[in-house]
Amino acid sequence: MQSITQSVQDFVNDNFLFGQGIESLGESTSFLDEGIIDSTGVLELVMFLEDSFLISVEDEELVPDNLDSIDRLVSFVERKLVELGE
Amino acid sequence: MQLESFLEQSADRHPENTALVCGDKRLTYAEFEQLANRLAYGLIQAGVQRGDRVGICLENSIEAAVSIFAVLKSGAVFMPINPTTKPDKLAYVLNNSRSSTLIATTRKLATLADAWQNLSHLETVVSVGAEFPDEMKGEMQFEDFDSLIEHNADKNAPPKKRAISVDLAALIYTSGSTGNPKGVMLTHLNMVSASTSITTYLQNQADDIILNVLPLSFDYGLYQLLMTCQFGGTLILEKSFTYPHAVLQKIVEHKATGFPLVPTISAILLQMDLSKYDFSNLRYVTNTGAALPTEHITTIREVLPHVSVFSMYGLTECKRVSYLPLDQIDIRTDSVGIAMPNTEVYIVDGNDNRLPYGEIGELVVRGANVMKGYWEAPELTNEKLKPGPLPCENVLYTGDLFRQDDEGYLYFVGRRDDIIKSRGEKVSPKEVENTLYSHPLIAEAAVVGQDDDVLGQAIRAILVVIPDAELSEREVLAYCRKNLEDYMVPKFIEFQDSLPKSANGKIDKKQLTGATA
Repeated sequence: MQSITQSVQDFVNDNFLFGQGIESLGESTSFLDEGIIDSTGVLELVMFLEDSFLISVEDEELVPDNLDSIDRLVSFVERKLVELGE
Repeated sequence: MQLESFLEQSADRHPENTALVCGDKRLTYAEFEQLANRLAYGLIQAGVQRGDRVGICLENSIEAAVSIFAVLKSGAVFMPINPTTKPDKLAYVLNNSRSSTLIATTRKLATLADAWQNLSHLETVVSVGAEFPDEMKGEMQFEDFDSLIEHNADKNAPPKKRAISVDLAALIYTSGSTGNPKGVMLTHLNMVSASTSITTYLQNQADDIILNVLPLSFDYGLYQLLMTCQFGGTLILEKSFTYPHAVLQKIVEHKATGFPLVPTISAILLQMDLSKYDFSNLRYVTNTGAALPTEHITTIREVLPHVSVFSMYGLTECKRVSYLPLDQIDIRTDSVGIAMPNTEVYIVDGNDNRLPYGEIGELVVRGANVMKGYWEAPELTNEKLKPGPLPCENVLYTGDLFRQDDEGYLYFVGRRDDIIKSRGEKVSPKEVENTLYSHPLIAEAAVVGQDDDVLGQAIRAILVVIPDAELSEREVLAYCRKNLEDYMVPKFIEFQDSLPKSANGKIDKKQLTGATA
């Protein structure tokens, strides 16, 4: 199975960077500061997380701390999977 | 009365009230006024003259708010520019307006550094943030935002007034159907009048707390700042609505009473469970930019029954036209109401004859809020401003088709041009098409609006690539991202072998919009 990091990177690259290459984006770079995500982008991101990792993202989890960089996304998904007992 | 008096009078009346909250920074009216005064002296010392155009290209921030009032206090004209504007367009706007000064972040300025020599009128640049690298300064005069304020720490009163109420206060560039943005000229009188009318029907008081996520470069966002200073309330300034939950928490935390929306925001709100938030202090929400779908209004009314919904219509050329009085929201949900206080509207046919209720025609606006025209574009101005009932008076032809019901309430019918309204902001299909045509592999491009639940209208680009070339959707989107403001980037890209043409060879957009509607 693809690693969490890899699939998150692929999603961000395909949808926010339009394939320009994830290398251009550091793992802790803020999507907000780079101007690559907006509120509809956040909704797309959440749909991707829920579908790919079978987790459910609550409204109060929609905050930059959880979602605003590759690193944060990966640790958020890991935490959610632990909560699910996987 | 000059526009900056809003801040000066509130600072005088209640200096200790909180004017602005931005992240963890907070300014009282006295502090806000003092910073604006000091920066105004700094700008004058840096050479800013009465009537100069000064570009402000900043995200929503304390610096942006202070800059707006400082420019006014210096007697100059502020020009708000969306911070996602790309270098080519920024240069166009600065050159077209012959701006003498630009205030922007160091990071943004670095993207212009290759083009200093193309900015023939720009004399001074004020950088916000880290110090600008010397080797990139070229011949340009550089000033540092914080230093300009610090150097005037002994100044506690505003500089001597240089502008009068019929001088320009702002030049706001808006998308035009020709593809190049045009500068809407607004006087102090225009803006004071518009703000007074709006705060009258919203019944704003000094205890109102407005939460604003809309960019200050967008007139709907800008007016949240101006109006708040007028009625002496508090503005919670957020950078965006990117993280809806975080924004809603701020409404709760700051006990916000007013929350301006565009349809994109309400669409997202309605996908969330709003019952989890304590919105008991929220008095009203407003909508403009594009009509709020009636389902949004009815759902907001159901979920937040104590919150007043103001459904409004306007355009940058006069700021606001109409609002729906609160007692009509459940009766005439799809109407944008009546002329706002101290303004008049009517509907005309193609020969400028006033039409009776029920008939569809172009909406005309009369009032002190109507712009002076488009900056150095007399022909475009003449299409919009035409003689009114009084000698030498101009009224505004909105370009929008409306009808009135038998009691005079207004209903939006459609636009006369092909401008797309996406996320509440105007997008010129021509401007997007020009960018697409500049791609070496694109032979033909047509850009149209497509109804979209979240965006209002989504931007759809239909492309023909040059023979034997290969181009992916991704490559096109990446190219658009690089060359267009965020809100102008198409949502949908389609490739076709050819585009439908009319008899005289022009691309037939009616067929394109009909085909997949």
